[in-house]
Amino acid sequence: MNVQEKIRNQVTTNAIVLYMKGTPQSPQCGFSGATVQILNACGVQDFATVDVLANPEIRDGIKAYANWPTIPQLYIKGEFVGGSDIVREMFEQGELQKLLQTAQV
Amino acid sequence: MLTASELRNTIVKGLSCDHVEVLGDDGQHFEAVIVSPQFTGKNRVQQHQLVYLALGDRMRSEIHALAMRTFTPDAWAQSVNK
Repeated sequence: MNVQEKIRNQVTTNAIVLYMKGTPQSPQCGFSGATVQILNACGVQDFATVDVLANPEIRDGIKAYANWPTIPQLYIKGEFVGGSDIVREMFEQGELQKLLQTAQV
Repeated sequence: MLTASELRNTIVKGLSCDHVEVLGDDGQHFEAVIVSPQFTGKNRVQQHQLVYLALGDRMRSEIHALAMRTFTPDAWAQSVNK
């Protein structure tokens, strides 16, 4: 399986996947940490995370996968939702909560 | 060191903008507000992708973090009038 296939597999077999620097318990970047906090604030504790610092192949591959140059990246039901700015904006406008509800059913 | 005004110029060269504000003085972390008619009809991801496209290699090599808010001219007019 090449990297792009591996990523496609990760985002389609898990309802919610966050590609981040570090782990939810120990984020290595403020933007990644803030995105975890927003998901928690939406009542979502159970989501898959991939630490790109521990997976250099994924770190490069995920940028190509979504044509998106930065980390974190949030995927819900296989769709790329956005990076930390978009996730925050959607949270503030109540859109993220709705999207997460559909993913958890 | 990359300055906010250089970054602003790079964005404006690659994207037709009605309004751009860029803040940040450490050369690596920036915040931008960008209003462009090219955003019309595009979702947030597509809007940010247009900005990344305008920034090209700079996004990969020089910029550690760019916090962005993007607006269509209509959305911007509404947010200013609020």
